[in-house]
Amino acid sequence: MNSELKSHKKMEPGGLTEPASSLKNKTGSWRSMRPKWDAKKCVHCMFCAVYCPDNCILAKKGKRTETDLNYCKGCGICANVCPVNAIKMVKEHEGGKK
Amino acid sequence: MKTHITFQNKLIVKKIGAPRKKIPHDIKKKTMLALTGGEAAAMAMKQVNPDVAAVYPITPQTPIMAAFSNYWADGAVNTEMIHVESEHSAMSACVGASAAGARVMTATASVGLALMFEILPVASGTRLPIVMNIANRALSAPINIHCDYSDTMATRDQGWIQIYSENAQEVYENTLLAVKLAESINLPAMVCQDGFLTSHSIENIIVYPDDIIRKFLGTRKPYRPLLDVKNPVTYGPLQLQNYYFETKKQVEDAMNKAKKEYLIVGKSLKKITGTDYEYFESYFLEDAEYAIITMSSTAGTTKVVVDKLRAQGKKVGLLKIKLYRPFVYEEYGKALIHLKGIAVLDRSLTIGAECPIYTDIKSTLFNMYVNAKKKFEIPKLQSYTYGLGGRDIFESDIESVFEELEKGKLSNEKKYIGLR
Amino acid sequence: MNNPDNTISIVIHGRGGQGAKTAAMLLAEVAISLGRYAQAFPEYGPERSGAPVKAYIRISDKAIRTHQPIINPDIVIIIDDSLLDFISVTDGIKPDSTIVINTNNSEVTKKKLKLPKGFFGKIAVVNATAIALERIGANKSNTATLAATLKVMDFIKFNEFQQEAKSILIHKLGKEKTDQNMLAIKDAFEEVKVI
Repeated sequence: MNSELKSHKKMEPGGLTEPASSLKNKTGSWRSMRPKWDAKKCVHCMFCAVYCPDNCILAKKGKRTETDLNYCKGCGICANVCPVNAIKMVKEHEGGKK
Repeated sequence: MKTHITFQNKLIVKKIGAPRKKIPHDIKKKTMLALTGGEAAAMAMKQVNPDVAAVYPITPQTPIMAAFSNYWADGAVNTEMIHVESEHSAMSACVGASAAGARVMTATASVGLALMFEILPVASGTRLPIVMNIANRALSAPINIHCDYSDTMATRDQGWIQIYSENAQEVYENTLLAVKLAESINLPAMVCQDGFLTSHSIENIIVYPDDIIRKFLGTRKPYRPLLDVKNPVTYGPLQLQNYYFETKKQVEDAMNKAKKEYLIVGKSLKKITGTDYEYFESYFLEDAEYAIITMSSTAGTTKVVVDKLRAQGKKVGLLKIKLYRPFVYEEYGKALIHLKGIAVLDRSLTIGAECPIYTDIKSTLFNMYVNAKKKFEIPKLQSYTYGLGGRDIFESDIESVFEELEKGKLSNEKKYIGLR
Repeated sequence: MNNPDNTISIVIHGRGGQGAKTAAMLLAEVAISLGRYAQAFPEYGPERSGAPVKAYIRISDKAIRTHQPIINPDIVIIIDDSLLDFISVTDGIKPDSTIVINTNNSEVTKKKLKLPKGFFGKIAVVNATAIALERIGANKSNTATLAATLKVMDFIKFNEFQQEAKSILIHKLGKEKTDQNMLAIKDAFEEVKVI
């Protein structure tokens, strides 16, 4: 986040800010579970990509690619909807029960 | 980094049908016309030729947009007219269009303005120079379609410039002035006229040539418009406790800057019209002992009474407010301190407290007194509420007010004119 | 009539939908086109067809600044004589004011008018409804009654009124209706009688 707080005389008027500033906020940093994708089992149906609430699963040339872990919050919806169980949620950090 | 986006394409007037009334599409030279206040606002809008007008009808504003729609239908303007489903949507659409970089105008009244209330500070907080014509009408309940200022007075704190017009001529000129003023400081502006009394009343009005007015208006040079895709920007962010305060202070600073800019734009318009655009009109005020402070059409009626009483040797005068927000306390103070008695006529209530204009004038006098190097006798001040819901005010009522001022029967207790 | 700046104030009484407001606006437009100052505005009660409607017009040599309703009219024009049973049309009239009424029974109508003591002004009657029905084919008697007024009180020259009214009406109504109205205007001007 922007830490330098300017005087009202130097700030941009009207609250205008740079575009796409939400990209700077890497919401994956507070994840406790992460999705593990088995590319061999995957049938590229794109269910996971459509359901992901953070748009973290993208496709290239009609095939699913790796989850963007910068923004993935580990909600588990992708694992939940996968029809072939190609995605498993695993712990982000070691320690504690499963 | 600033950039220009030219919106106003070359104007091609296609006469699809005959004009509805004897109101010409093209004004080639200074002309005297017979127009209602509503048609005068529409004529100004025609000459401005805004890029976008998002509108929703409401009595008594409807004739403004109906007349403007005639120009639009006949191709005399190339405005994009958006017919929305409510006033809230109208202002929302205006905000979007203005953020994109367009010159935007609209009109409303009364409960329509109340419905748009949420978006009014959005327009000022986002620094968008939207210009809105208001045909002042009472707020409900009870439902009333006639003139009082409860609608715009309720919005006076929201960062919109407010200018009040006495007659159709002033509506026309104030609208043109407001467009330039709003853009000079990036704040939205309201141009107000009395609902029905001015908006539906035919009067003489002089209109100026299209090309000269268009030259005066120029084109808008928007600051970081959304349509400048090479320099993208985010509009309308969340600002938490650490930013909001500063952004609002910027709005205040801009509003204060409007005091100076109003006079500058006015001087420029004077070159075309010959009229002086001051903060307020002083009618026989300089050597008066007693004065009435009021706005809009009531000021016209008061002028007739001032003339009558002056002929009888009474030293009376009128101060007619034009620029209400920003309120130029010091200027009002200088004009008023010599008076013995002042009656402030408010056409709206601040329920639970003193009336709006009365409060501002009281502050003015207090400021003057506290900061005066040489102490003076503060003029006696009397608050009046009149004309709510379109209750008529007569010359005889105004005469009675001057009589009461002379008798000195003034107090902190508000009086009412024409109340049963 | 000795009014300052040759100001003349007129009240038109009608019912909603009969064109009282339109007549007032037309008269103001004509006056302004002829280089005078004018002001015309309606006073509405409930906005519905048939409800009594008043329209005010001021015509003057100088700019008109007052906005109060007209209390002491110089001329009172009544487009619908059935109003006489419901409202008082003579409130505030001066001893020398002029009253113009659209009626087909002048005897009965004159009795219904509540004239103040000392009134010596003119009362003029014209059967504008009959004229309108004949010439326009509808009971649009406002223009005819207006024309009759100009015969009785010539604050605007009739031929100038005809010229300006024609050019204003043609934009509003088209050629056919305008020609019909112009005929009605001419008839009313000729037929109006002072009683």
